[in-house]
Amino acid sequence: MDMLYKVFIEPFAFMGEAPDLLIQTLWEGLVSGVLYALIALGFVLIFKASGVFNFAQGIMVVFSALILVGLYEKGVPAFLALILAALAMLVLAIVVERVVLRPLVNQPDIILFMATFGLTYFLIGFGELIFGGSPREMITEQLFLPQGTTEIDAFGGSIRLQHLDIAAAVIASIMIGLLAVFFSKTRIGRALRAVADSHKAALSVGISLNQIWVIVWFAAGIVALVAGIMWGARSGVSFSLQIIALKALPVLILGGFTSIPGAIIGGLIIGVGEKIGEFYWGPLVGGGVETWLAYVIALLFLLYRPQGLFGEKIIERI
Amino acid sequence: MSFRTLSLGLAVATMLGGTALPAFAQDSIYVPLFTYRTGPFAGSGTPIADGMHDYLRMLNERDGGIGGVKLALEECETGYDTKKGVECYESVKGKSPVVVNPWSTGITLPLIPRASVDKIPILSMAYGLSASARGDIFPWVFNPPATYWDGLSMIIKYIGEKEGGLDKLKGKKIGFLHLDASFGKEPIPLLQELSKELGFEVALYPVAAQDMQNQSSQWLSARRDRPDYMIMWGWGSMNGAAVKEAVRSGYPMDKFYSVWWPGEDDAKSGGAGAKGFKMLNWHAVGTNFPAIQDIQKHVVDKGFSKAPKDKVGELLYNRGVYNSLLIAEGIATAQKLTGKKAVTGEDVRRGMENIKLDPARLKELGLEGFTDQLVLSCADHNGHRAAFMQEWDGTKWVKISNPIEPMTDRVKGQLDAAAKDYAEKNAGWPKRTEACDKAS
Repeated sequence: MDMLYKVFIEPFAFMGEAPDLLIQTLWEGLVSGVLYALIALGFVLIFKASGVFNFAQGIMVVFSALILVGLYEKGVPAFLALILAALAMLVLAIVVERVVLRPLVNQPDIILFMATFGLTYFLIGFGELIFGGSPREMITEQLFLPQGTTEIDAFGGSIRLQHLDIAAAVIASIMIGLLAVFFSKTRIGRALRAVADSHKAALSVGISLNQIWVIVWFAAGIVALVAGIMWGARSGVSFSLQIIALKALPVLILGGFTSIPGAIIGGLIIGVGEKIGEFYWGPLVGGGVETWLAYVIALLFLLYRPQGLFGEKIIERI
Repeated sequence: MSFRTLSLGLAVATMLGGTALPAFAQDSIYVPLFTYRTGPFAGSGTPIADGMHDYLRMLNERDGGIGGVKLALEECETGYDTKKGVECYESVKGKSPVVVNPWSTGITLPLIPRASVDKIPILSMAYGLSASARGDIFPWVFNPPATYWDGLSMIIKYIGEKEGGLDKLKGKKIGFLHLDASFGKEPIPLLQELSKELGFEVALYPVAAQDMQNQSSQWLSARRDRPDYMIMWGWGSMNGAAVKEAVRSGYPMDKFYSVWWPGEDDAKSGGAGAKGFKMLNWHAVGTNFPAIQDIQKHVVDKGFSKAPKDKVGELLYNRGVYNSLLIAEGIATAQKLTGKKAVTGEDVRRGMENIKLDPARLKELGLEGFTDQLVLSCADHNGHRAAFMQEWDGTKWVKISNPIEPMTDRVKGQLDAAAKDYAEKNAGWPKRTEACDKAS
């Protein structure tokens, strides 16, 4: 009986008792969710264009952020370093297309997936060779990202909003909006959607698969760079960031592998869900539920909607 | 056999031959260094690896080794991964190492039962199994100069003194932010015992390795629980992220304490807000010691070190130096005890049991005032030495306390019981047969 009370009554009673903490938890969840969504977007872009689940998206987040910080440490001005980091992601996209994707075209998806696995470990080793394994500080001030905190007194308590978190939410939202416009309104965006629907049909109307792959890997690289800057500003740039990037997996399961709105909604559900779960129900089991709760939420969705919230329903003729 | 198969076979054979492990000469002393310069824990592992390597390399360059015998140094990258650490151990044990430094509590635990079988002493400096301080039960394991339980008791004692006495801790709440791994969990049994005894409440905040840089939930929970003090048992990128999150969440930094593992970079990551963050330490920072200046002269300036010049003398670099000081002292003492130059693991085990780093010896080694004295014995493989509290002033660590002795009266009983329990639970745990030297 006591357990039932702790599970079904106490957390909700506490939400009512301390609404400031509820709002704070929701806010933290939303910020995490937006950042998860940003990482998930990188996965979605590549999956949409090539049907490849890019396991290397997480290390691309770290790699791009390290290039930015590394160049700045070598004396390159911050915004020039940002441009050079973006160019490095373009070079990576071209190399991946030439060395990995082109030779493996028409191979089963699992082969391409394994290739991105190899790419991940190559980038980890290459990154550690160039930058070393020590964590770095993101050049937050130099990029004019806001610092500081606004504390709002409310409901007998206070809500702390980090300016950096607000900036992260705004920048991620702009990024998502730009990508949505890019893919729905531009010629390249339409070509990409055509490739996503059918490689053969796209080829038959003169769309270059190779060009599209470079564009889409570059776009994913830019998304990774933005995610790396925002996560790096929150908690430092280190190779353990790539593990956080794997939180995008439940987001993708939830939102669907091919849907940009799905990545956003999925990110928010996972972000808020895990924070609420950890904060209100975590203490019942000694804490640490955040690590697996996202996967449980995703699994529950998977049982009822295998294609995700916004994914395309797979119907195959037999 | 086709020409192609033959060529392939030859190529493989050449590759295997080329990568064969180096053989170490009989007239050298083989010291493997388990390090991690890669992965999520590299931020802590790299400076320690540099300090360890550079001190021993300095002895090679300056003195021609120890007692005229060169040290054969070899690093094995563990990535702070227990599985890889055990693989490292398996790969080095055939080369007659005189001591193994696992540099991970997780790696130390599976090596403890192997040490007596393989006759290789394990040096887990201020980490590992606290109970292994008992030399009569763990003759092959050394964990000086203090155990994690000592460290926890020192923090509680310091907090108690701040409050006006240990009895004033009654009714207080102490948060324990820890890496959710063997290392982070190690002091929890003592913390829970002390909470019962002294009447304070404990709130545990585990941080999974994959969420080391995503700690907002833990600090939200801390806001809910309002702990009067927060104690951290973190490693790698967890430390810097925790300092950042503490600042972000507005936790009072002067109430935030850590065991001895954060470095300068971890404190710096919190920016100006990290001022007031405190941690235990037992040795100096800086380069103002003849031995460390010799490292600069003989190793760093000659390009034999992987450490950037400005990192020499930082906290975790000097921690690595301290670790190698113990290795070197164990070897030198073993040479003295046995009269042999090329000592073995069995000799170094005896040497470690007879370490006597008093002020005179520290001065002789060029480390006068670097650290407090340390005397190990047959029964005591730890020393249970005092540490001091230091505070981050925004740019550097500042020593803010006199030496804090561990609460031996409260820790010893727990430690003895844990050691006995370990021996009972591990069926067939061997009784000590190794003789004690007179001096020990």
